Amino acid sequence: MMPRPSLLAAVAATLWLLIAGSAIAGDADTVTASNAWIRVLPGNLPAGAFADFTNASDHAVALTGASSTRYGQAMLHRSSTEGGMGRMEAVDKMEIPAHGSAKLSPGAYHVMLMQAKPAVVPGDNVVITLSFSDGSHKDVTFQARPANAL
Amino acid sequence: MKLPRAWVLAFGITLALLAGCHRDAQPSWRLTDVSGHLPDLAFKLTDDNGKPVTAADYRGKVLLVYFGYTHCPDVCPLTLAQLHVVMQRLGAKADDARILFVSVDPARDTPQTMHAYVNAFDKRAVGLVGPDKDIEALAKQLRSAYTREPDKGDGSYDVSHSSAIYLFDRDGKARVLATPSASQDDMVHDLSLLIDLGAKA
Ligand SMILES: [Cu+2]
Repeated sequence: MMPRPSLLAAVAATLWLLIAGSAIAGDADTVTASNAWIRVLPGNLPAGAFADFTNASDHAVALTGASSTRYGQAMLHRSSTEGGMGRMEAVDKMEIPAHGSAKLSPGAYHVMLMQAKPAVVPGDNVVITLSFSDGSHKDVTFQARPANAL
Repeated sequence: MKLPRAWVLAFGITLALLAGCHRDAQPSWRLTDVSGHLPDLAFKLTDDNGKPVTAADYRGKVLLVYFGYTHCPDVCPLTLAQLHVVMQRLGAKADDARILFVSVDPARDTPQTMHAYVNAFDKRAVGLVGPDKDIEALAKQLRSAYTREPDKGDGSYDVSHSSAIYLFDRDGKARVLATPSASQDDMVHDLSLLIDLGAKA
């Protein structure tokens, strides 16, 4: 007996969902974020966002960007004090090695958040969507902390 | 047993040297000693209350001088947060010290914005602003430098600047230099020694 066309369609749809589902999960699912926080500065000054990441997979993963409904702009940056000069530059990505970890931390890689709307104050929880090189995304809740937090 | 005469002499000289050293004992700094290598602190700027001030107004206080700007996204906040923790660890002693945050961004930093900014970090921090030529003169005096980077396209820009922290004694003399990566323990140690120097009994 031939399977009914509707059953075929259901099987196909299920298969497609499984394949697509694994693609959607991707790097975002093998990466865990913790200690996520934002250093809040007075006025509309840009704020740095920081977090610790671990990558449970057997391949390196790259964090490539960030966005948040709470901020007009979010960019991946890296600051340094090499040669005794403090400076900052935009970067394309931060690598998280296979079975390893990496950090967004003050004075190094960080997400720069600009044009908060409404203003973010210490104690707020802000969701930031992080993007990875395979096109997957991850929503991480960052806690807003005072300017002088370390 | 009789010691050779030369040895006795050497021993005597060593003792004399030790005694001599002891008399003008220098504090044993953990940070970079710059005593005698930089001119005494001198400036005429405006503080974050809009009041004209000179270096002489801070005589009697130990000073931590740091160049930066309020739009400085990450390095300045990190350094100021670290200085705040260092001050906290000194307890009441820290009242004899001031953090002088000198703006290298005269175009954007006003006394008002500096006021909100420095107070978000530490109550003993003072923001100093002034015309480019006065800031440049102070930076030059301290062998420091800053460069305004090209516009990022949206009218915003960064300023690259020396990240050193200069510690001055109560007489406005440069004593030690710290980098932002200096350990907090070393900062606390040297700042505490500096506060003890010439403290009123
Ligand atoms: Cu940045």
